[in-house]
Formats: sequence, C-alpha cells, structure tokens
Amino acid sequence: MSLLAERVSGAWRLLRQATGEAKWDEYVARCEREGVEPMSRRAFERHRADEKEHNPQARCC
Amino acid sequence: MSTSTANPTGSGPRSGPNLKSIVIWTAVAVVGAVCWAMLALSRGEEVSALWILFAALASYAIAYRFYSKFIADKVLKVDDTRATPAERLENGQDFDVTDRRVLFGHHFAAIAGAGPLVGPVLAAQMGYLPGTIWIIVGVIFAGAVQDMVVMFFSMRRDGKSLGQMVREEIGTVAGVAALIAVFAIMIIILAVLALVVVNALAESPWGVFSIGLTIPIALFMGFYLRYLRPGRVSEVTVIGVALLLLAIIGGGYVDEMGLADALTLSHETLVVCLVVYGFVASILPVWMLLTPRDYLSTFMKVGVIVLLAVGLVLAAPALQNEAVTDFATNGEGPVFAGKLFPFVFITIACGALSGFHALIASGTTPKMVAKESQVRMIGYGGMLMESFVAISALIAASVIDQGIYFSMNAAAGATGGTPETAAAFVNGLGFSITPADLEAAAASVEETIISRTGGAPTLAFGMSLIFSEAFGGGLTAFWYHFAIMFEALFILTAVDAGTRVGRFMLQDTIGNVWKRYADTSWRPAAWSASALVVLAWGYMLWIGVGDPLGGINQLFPLFGIANQLLAAIALTLATVLMFKHGLAKFAWVPGIPLVWDLIVTMTASWQKVFSDNPAIGYFAQASAAREARDAGELYGVAKTPADVDQIIYNSTQSGILQAAFALLVIVIVAGAAVTVVKAIRAGGLPTTEVPKVESKIVAPSDFFATKEEKEAVREWEASRKAPVS
Repeated sequence: MSLLAERVSGAWRLLRQATGEAKWDEYVARCEREGVEPMSRRAFERHRADEKEHNPQARCC
Repeated sequence: MSTSTANPTGSGPRSGPNLKSIVIWTAVAVVGAVCWAMLALSRGEEVSALWILFAALASYAIAYRFYSKFIADKVLKVDDTRATPAERLENGQDFDVTDRRVLFGHHFAAIAGAGPLVGPVLAAQMGYLPGTIWIIVGVIFAGAVQDMVVMFFSMRRDGKSLGQMVREEIGTVAGVAALIAVFAIMIIILAVLALVVVNALAESPWGVFSIGLTIPIALFMGFYLRYLRPGRVSEVTVIGVALLLLAIIGGGYVDEMGLADALTLSHETLVVCLVVYGFVASILPVWMLLTPRDYLSTFMKVGVIVLLAVGLVLAAPALQNEAVTDFATNGEGPVFAGKLFPFVFITIACGALSGFHALIASGTTPKMVAKESQVRMIGYGGMLMESFVAISALIAASVIDQGIYFSMNAAAGATGGTPETAAAFVNGLGFSITPADLEAAAASVEETIISRTGGAPTLAFGMSLIFSEAFGGGLTAFWYHFAIMFEALFILTAVDAGTRVGRFMLQDTIGNVWKRYADTSWRPAAWSASALVVLAWGYMLWIGVGDPLGGINQLFPLFGIANQLLAAIALTLATVLMFKHGLAKFAWVPGIPLVWDLIVTMTASWQKVFSDNPAIGYFAQASAAREARDAGELYGVAKTPADVDQIIYNSTQSGILQAAFALLVIVIVAGAAVTVVKAIRAGGLPTTEVPKVESKIVAPSDFFATKEEKEAVREWEASRKAPVS
C-alpha cells in the first residue's frame, strides 16, 4: 500500500471514530471474534441513542 | 502521586536537545518576538492583522512545547504506567478508551462555542492590543492551565465532576456553594447566549428563515439516522450541511417568497419562541433534535474556524481599530462601561480563561482519556485552539471601520436607531462617519446595522469583509448570514444541551430529598424540571431584552464575572489539591492564575456592587434612577416612566445576583484556605485519588506519534493478536 493510501485510510478511520460510526465496526469485529451473531445495526444504534438519552453533555459557551 | 517515570510506550531514554530542535524553536521564538514588537511599536501607520495572528501562533507553540510539558512532567508527574479510568472501567459508554485525536476533537467541540466569538468583539472597544495580550497571556498561564489541571485531577478520581471534587476535597459547605454557583452561572450563561441570538435575529427575516429551517433539517437527520439508515452519521451530516447552505441562500429570497413580513420578528416574540424551543428540546428524545443538531453544529464549528484562518491569511486585512482607545482609560465606552482593568478581563472570558470549561474537563472528557500524558494535548492544546478562535474574532472586529463598529454596538437608546442619529452619535465619540456610509454598509449585508448589539452581528460583518476580500465574488450578504447562522447554531446547541444538563442537575439535587424525582425518565419530573430551567433563563432573557439601557451591556458583565468566578472555584480546587498532594512548591502553577482571577473578579464585583458611578455600579444606577423618578423626571436614555421603573428593577436584581456570586466564591475560597493551612502543617493530606493500577495499553502522547511510539504501538497490537497461552 502506498503511503498516500495509508494516510487516507487512516484519516477515514479517525473520522469514523469521531462520528461514532466506528463503534459499530468494533462491535461487529468483536462478535466475529467471539463467534456470536451480532444484533442488527438498527437495534445497535437504538441502544446507543438510549445511552445518550441519559448522559447529556454540556456544550460550553 | 506516583513518581515513576517509566514509560510503557517505550519511547526510550530522554534524549537531550538536538540541534534541529534548537534551530526550530529559536526560529519560532524570533518570529513571535518580531510580531509582538510590530504590535507594540506600530503607531499611526496601518498595521496588518497578520502580526496578531502570528504573534498568537508563535506564542502558543512555545507555551505548548515548554510550559505545558513542564506542567505535565514536573508538576502533575503524569504517569503512563498508570491505567486511566477509561482503561480500568471501560464499558463502551461513558468510560471508553478513545483515540487522542478524536478525543481532542470531541473536547474542543464541547468547550468552544459563541463565548470566544462574542467577548473579544465587545472588548474591541478598548482597542486591539489589550484584548490580544489578555487572550494570549491569559490562555497560556491561566485558561489552558486550568483546563489541563482540572482534567488531570478529575481523571485521577474516575472522572468526578467539579462540584463533587470541591465537596470531597474542600468541604461540604464549599461543595454546596459550588453546586449553587455552577447551577446559577449556567442559567446566566444560557440567558446571555440566548440574548445574543435574539439580538442577531430580531428584525432579520433572512436570519429567522435560515435558523428556523435548522429545526426541520435536524429533525430530518434524526429520523434518517433512526429509521432510514441507522448510524450513517457522516453521510447524514453531509446532507444536513448541504441543506443548511441552501437554507442560507434561500433566506436571501424571503422577500420574493412573500415571507418577509411574517418572519420579521420582534425581540419579544423571539424570546417566546426560544423558550418554547428550549422546553421542547429538553423533553424530546435526544435522537430527534439534539444529537443531529450537534453533528451540524460541530461540523460548522470546525469548518468555519478553518475557513476563517485561511481567509485571514489570504485577505491579510489591515486593522482599522486603534491599539488602545480612550475608552480603556476613561471607562466611558458605549459598548460596556468601566475601565480596562478589570473589565477587559471580564468581557473576554472564553478564549483566555473560562470557568465553564472546568465542567467539561471534569466529568465527560477524563473518562475517555487513553493515557495520562494525553491531558497535555487535550486539555492544554484544546484550550489553545479555543484561544485561537478568540483571536480570530478579535481581528474580525478590528478590521471593521470603527464608525460602523460603534454604530452597531451602542445601545439603541444612544444611537437613536436611524443612520442620521447614529452617525451624529458616533461622530460625537470622535469617529467620522456619514449616514450614507452607514446606509451603504447596511445595504452590503442586506440588514439594518444600527445598534445590532450582542457581538454576533459585528463579528458576522467583520467575517463577511474578510471572506469577500479573501474569496472574492461579491457575496458579502451571503457571508454575513453564513456567519450569523454559524453563531446561532452554536448557541442554540449550547442552549438545548445546557437546558438538558440543567434539568438533570435539578432533578439530581431535588432527588436527594425526594428520591423518585431523580428518575430522568419519569415524565412529571422531566417536564417540571425542564420547565423550571427554561423559565429561569427565559426570565433573565426577557429582562435583558426589555432593558432600556441595552441588555447586553447590562447582562454581559454579569455573565463574564460569573464565568470567571467559576474559574476561581476550579483554580481554588486545583491549588488546594497541590497542597494536599504535598506539592506545595508547585502550587504557584494554578495559584498565580487563581490570585489574578480573584483580584479581577473581586474588583469587578466590588465596582459593580459598590461603585457610586451609575454607569458601573448596579445599585448606584438604581438609586440615580429612583431619584429621577421621585423628581418626576426621566432617567438617562429612558423614554417613559415605565422605562425608569424597569431600570430600577433590573439594576437592583443584577446587583443582588452579582453580590451573591461573589459571596459564594468567598465561601469556597475561605474553606479552601482552611484546608491549605491544614495540608501545609501536615505536609500533605489524604485525597480521594484512586490508587494506581498498572496500565496494559499502549498509546502515543502527543498530536504526532514519535517513531518509537509507533513502533511500541505496533508491537503491542501484534502481542494482543497473538493467542494467549
């Protein structure tokens, strides 16, 4: 892999982490390692939204 | 604290300074020194804004490289062999080992908002130099230190909040005082931020149209993420931003669409809209409105800041502002009253030192830090970035013709509201401008620009000048509304998130006596607590909007002092912990900014409460207005007897709040002094620091990983994949 391609894929990975989309990737990878059937993306995201519901984060001025 | 210096990242023995780094840092120091010298010595000729920009960047680089490293290594003794709460308590939710660069972004998005944009704009009435010096020196020795140190101490305590730490480390009384102060200050901050939005959108159908559309756009994004394509955040953000730009462009056609009259809203109507919006946003599920709006706001935040930096370099505008204006010494500025000391240091809170950051630096962020040494880049580095935003805002306000600046920022009572009266008023201040100039400026952005107080319109005007100069195309009106949109978006996100946090705090507090009330999913509690929080800031907002003297120049000092008093609480905690940990010889690191902050806030509070100058002292103002009323006269810019009554009422209320905040801080500082004396006598005291657990993970410390760190990470990842025997 060329250096440029490596950089681009690295930046893409960071972006997915920043948006939280990487959580899904990690979850699927973990299920695969443990040999469990992952839940649907919809159910997974709903679960995450419920967590956010109860952990509000202040935004500063 | 541990004194171990072993480094699991295997970055090897510390090498001495090499030639290359000496050359680079000498060059940075020379650039910085030249820029500062240009700013200090140029008088009378045109000064380029780039001197400010590069003076700031060079100073930040040196401070980061040397001072923050000193704090990390020598003062806090960050220890990368020690597992962070994210590693020990990882649950994939709030405790979550996060890539340092991602966490830097999250932390920055959480601390930066409208504050660093508005304060410097208002402070520009005293010239560009006082603001520049305070923003840069303040962030290096106070603001960034506070954020980093608080983050570190909270991280060592499993991410405890500021209030919890004050209670456990200083005492119950101080803890209760801190809790009340935090809540009250949050209400004031929300009210002032909302006031900025109201002032920016009132009588502006274009602005109302664009901002109004952000609500359906956010709802659409929310439903998209929930039902259409769950979890595709990047994709929906791109769609959302595209719709947002269309909303700004579409706003230019409100006249043609026949919506102009319907969307020309008064201040009072906007207050009602905001209060209703705040309440609804607080009780709706977060996925519907709050989360998607946050994606938009974060994207715009980062995008516009980058755009502004690029625009500044391309346009290289000349400063129209003086280095130091007469208002700095005579204290009679029309934007806010009072002299340079202490009021510049109050007006510019965020960007130099912001107590509110301590709430984010304790709690959320420390639960996600992968390695202790990363508090340097996230805490100190994040705040430097915010300071850079403040510097950009100061520049944007200082490249505007000063006649226009003062026409925009003086209260309507002073400017009279028409180009003729405004020009006469500004000429009376000693700046030359004609009514035609003001009309031309207004036409360029397709808005009225007389007495558009609050900072946001001025910043938008300055940004529109910079962007049209840098990118060409004669899009001044578009850029103006683009900037308004970006500020309003920040603020609305802060308002709905803040209302929600306030609601949770209130439910938690009342939950101590009535257990069921603390259940955040119990509807009666959620609704009533939301209503209480919204009404609290809505009430302050209403008062501000109706203030005959101009709400911003009355409320902004209250906001600034409140924010700096919160910083005093955070720095007090940090200083106490230095003594308790037996690090008295380094107590000056948070101690010096603490003393400075106390001098500033207490002087300002004293003047606001006891000054006999009605322009400064709240009670003096109330009694002067009362005398006028008793004599059957009007007072100042008041036009009716009811205005005079309003002035009396508002000033008395602001004075009481001001005094109450100062007293709360004095209670905490007194409690802290007792603890410090005990700690000095005992040579340190036990704290609630969590005992060390050996760390197993490997991660780099700084923005750019060194070669050794990369190697260590690679080895560690390989060893994890290897089967465990």
